[in-house]
Amino acid sequence: MFDIKRHHKAGSIQEALTLLKANPEARLIAGGTDILIKLHKGKAGYDHLVDIHDVAELNFISEEKDGRLRIGPGCTFRQIIESPVIQRHIPILAEAVANIGGPQVRNMATIGGNICNGVPSCDSGSSLLALNAVVTIAGPKGDRQLPIENFFLGPGRVAVARDEILAAITIAAADYQGYGGFFYKYAMRRAMDIATIGCAAVCKVDGDTLVDLRLAYQVAAPVPIRCPKAEKSAVGQKISETLLEKVAAQVVDDVTPRTSWRASRELRLQIIRTLARRSVRQAVIRAGGTGV
Amino acid sequence: MTIGKSVRRVDAIAKVTGKARYTDDFFMPGMLHAKYLRSTIAHGVVTRIDTDRAKALPGVVAVFTFEDVPPHKFATAGHPYALDPDHKDVEDRLLLTRHVRYWGDEIAVVVAENNLALEKALQCIDVEYEAYDPMTTAKEALAPDARQIHAGAPNLVAESGYAVGTRIDDALDEADEVLTTEYRTQLVQHCHIENHVTYAYMDDFDHIVIVSSTQIPHIARRIVGEALDIPCGRIRVIKPYIGGGFGNKQDVVLEPMAAFLTLKLDGRPVKIHLAREEGMIGTRIRHPFDIRVRAGVMKDGTLHALDIDALSNTGAYASHGHSVAGAAGAKTRALYPRTAMRYHARTVYANIPASGAMRAYGAPQVLFAVDCMIEEAARKIGMDSVAFRLKNIIRQGDIDPLTHKPYSTCGLTECLTKGRELIQWDQKRADRPREQTGPVRRGLGVACFSYASGTYPVCLEIAGARIILNQDASVHVQVGATEIGQGMDTVVAQMTAETLGVAVEQVHVVSTQDTDVTPFDTGAYASRQAYVTSNAVFRAAIELKDKILKHADSMTGITADRLDLIDGRVVYAVDAGHTVLPLQAVALDAYYDKVRGGQLTAEVSYKTTTNAPCFGCTFVEVKVDIPLCQVTIKEIYNVHDSGVILNPVLAQGQVQGGAAMGIAAALYEDLQVDPDSGRIYNNNLLDYKFPTIMDIPDIGCAFVETVEPSSGYGNKALGEPPIISPPPAIRNAVWDATGVKVDELPLSPHNLFKCFRRAGLI
Repeated sequence: MFDIKRHHKAGSIQEALTLLKANPEARLIAGGTDILIKLHKGKAGYDHLVDIHDVAELNFISEEKDGRLRIGPGCTFRQIIESPVIQRHIPILAEAVANIGGPQVRNMATIGGNICNGVPSCDSGSSLLALNAVVTIAGPKGDRQLPIENFFLGPGRVAVARDEILAAITIAAADYQGYGGFFYKYAMRRAMDIATIGCAAVCKVDGDTLVDLRLAYQVAAPVPIRCPKAEKSAVGQKISETLLEKVAAQVVDDVTPRTSWRASRELRLQIIRTLARRSVRQAVIRAGGTGV
Repeated sequence: MTIGKSVRRVDAIAKVTGKARYTDDFFMPGMLHAKYLRSTIAHGVVTRIDTDRAKALPGVVAVFTFEDVPPHKFATAGHPYALDPDHKDVEDRLLLTRHVRYWGDEIAVVVAENNLALEKALQCIDVEYEAYDPMTTAKEALAPDARQIHAGAPNLVAESGYAVGTRIDDALDEADEVLTTEYRTQLVQHCHIENHVTYAYMDDFDHIVIVSSTQIPHIARRIVGEALDIPCGRIRVIKPYIGGGFGNKQDVVLEPMAAFLTLKLDGRPVKIHLAREEGMIGTRIRHPFDIRVRAGVMKDGTLHALDIDALSNTGAYASHGHSVAGAAGAKTRALYPRTAMRYHARTVYANIPASGAMRAYGAPQVLFAVDCMIEEAARKIGMDSVAFRLKNIIRQGDIDPLTHKPYSTCGLTECLTKGRELIQWDQKRADRPREQTGPVRRGLGVACFSYASGTYPVCLEIAGARIILNQDASVHVQVGATEIGQGMDTVVAQMTAETLGVAVEQVHVVSTQDTDVTPFDTGAYASRQAYVTSNAVFRAAIELKDKILKHADSMTGITADRLDLIDGRVVYAVDAGHTVLPLQAVALDAYYDKVRGGQLTAEVSYKTTTNAPCFGCTFVEVKVDIPLCQVTIKEIYNVHDSGVILNPVLAQGQVQGGAAMGIAAALYEDLQVDPDSGRIYNNNLLDYKFPTIMDIPDIGCAFVETVEPSSGYGNKALGEPPIISPPPAIRNAVWDATGVKVDELPLSPHNLFKCFRRAGLI
């Protein structure tokens, strides 16, 4: 039984923005798989809800004429997993969300909700970072755009104000065409779990040369992060086992995992290093590279 | 013939379609809900409690605290009543407590019209404590200056042991090699799907009716009477379908409180349904053990001496207490009966959730240590792991060194041989390089166990069966044994059909136990029910068959000794093809003839005074990813000697479920305690890493069928045993793969990381 005081159903982005403005205590709810847990635990601040679950404007996956991929934040993980557009162009995103929760959760939970929840373990966060995604945020003063790197502000905090709504996630053609990617979620079990560490690697190769590398992690820092130092150490280099070792050694300077009862910093670092090596290797292979 | 056939579960369709009703599916008009206020410290006393604000909230009916409950203490363990006062369970519980002994202890209870009002009311109760330092381990609680967790009683709950064969120190002196290792097992919770749920009401002025998800309705009835000081004849316990228990419902947890509340509230129905987060701390868990094992081994591979010293942590309340450590030691003795052995166990209170019964009752803890040591001994003298076990395990004809009685049936040698073939042990050993390198390595492991088919002679073993011939020639069976998901009702139908001579479809087993009408039985635990109930059902079915044939005799003049009942037809004993009377005609005549006959029924209450040992083993091949500190099971087989297998598909289900639970304990599950505060970190199914279907491999199973003479149908225990041997087998396989010996459960990435690092592998 949930202590919900008021529940407003929005039919459009505009209506949702109006409802948020009219109800200053209200929060957004989409799939509900995070919000309902907070309500279950009796957490304050979630008893007035603006429900955007059925807003059609938020539910789309499209490939634009210029090659841009646009994903509606209201898409469920199941829609992402099953989308031919995603599977053809950025299968790494489907892989990243395929391990979230169980089938019931994936049928309800949305990708927008996942990143707006802003937790360090956000499963789609590392892949979207590695894909250089750009988010569109709708607000009372119109739309604004933001690179995903500037989206995660801190644990549970993202760059969407209380009266705004995440309206689209976009990936430019240049950021995925010709790239190969790999995602690995390291958790204590294969389903129904949050990541101990998640790693996304996206790269472009020219034979045995690494032309570009974008390496991102979840749970390796207070928010999902990119690894600029490790990336810089590898870009333009010959692909080899030695290079993978170099990335694995360098990545330690990019991450700041912490010890909690869930896992020690030392174990997380061990996993981070191992996944750097393995994920980059797989991404290189998928990009058609040689050398490993 | 239905014994040995995979008859479909009698409750399968009802359960998978959702028709079957469980305790929470029943509603009554005016039903109230109750919830405990749980302590936010692990050790201390409540110095002030104020419930006024909570009582004033709308929807709140009543709030009771430790000041309002009966003052006498009671025991909760689901054991039969002990006539011997020295054998009574420890009486250390009150319905609510001022003295807090674990994080989540029950200090007050709120009754309200709905769950939301309950939650709000709980937040409005003000509590102040005087906190003491919590002692979360048995070793801390045993320290000389440790505060008594139960004032007036030492923290050492009990201590016991036995020794057989040569004096242990002499035997160790004689051995060529002596090994000593300390092992540790973790806190594990049952995680049955259906949480604890109970409601109670009164429909007259004398009797309390309790509907509960319990494994032990008849015992629950007695304990509620003891807790409330009410004669148990005024208590009625009804047990509907239940969604699993694994021993956690072989304890009386909510029933006394529900009965107390309805009594206080003029008989209104009051339901208590624990949330998962509450159930994982506020019911029972598996005792964590620290076990030191010393083994003496001869160069020829003879296991000469085994010295086991177990320290069991029973947590805040005794519950089953020392019985668990005692039983575990007793059931392990049968495994190596020709070895000099000493078993010593202590059980200690500590400020963690109370431990109680859990599947295999201490044997998984003790067998983990024993089998890990067996592996060490085999490796020490350079002998193949399977060959070493085959040389030393029990063989048919061995004598129990303590009771000096022969073990009845034993197929363990055949189990090991079969398992070795299934996993292709010798071939895989031969194919693999001696020293593996690289990040991912493979290993083979084996472990074996012994167990028992009940609790005799420590406790009594009583079973009851009533069989009624209906007027349509179907039969109704009532047994005191409870169906808790293991398939009891189905095998009772098979037993009845087999002996009575009717089709299994004609047998309806009444699944609900109701202590007002159900024959007496102590309930589902100790893997006892199919074994001891077989003796009651067999005798009742013989008796009813005799009555049916006598009635046919009175109808036909053909003497009963010349008749038989086969497939629902009364036939000539010498000519089964010739129907004398259909059973239907006999039934109608018995009911409705104006003079002869009557309702044909048979009822037997039978005490089994034997206890058949059962055996088995696990073979496993693992893949260990060293840099990721992860173990993957490639192949696993459980092979069991459980006597005659009554229903192969159900038996396979038991084995796969039990082995999966063993895998869970080996690799995943660990209820984590903050040593400073006593707080449990992960009392929910997200953070408690109960494996999912994605994590459990295909589990192979096989049976070596011996025919046990002391049971009605040749069967022995199977319910609990499959959980026992997977953890040591997996540990042994990880050792085989990596050269790293892990002596602490679980083999989770956290523990493997520490061990691999210590070994220099990462």
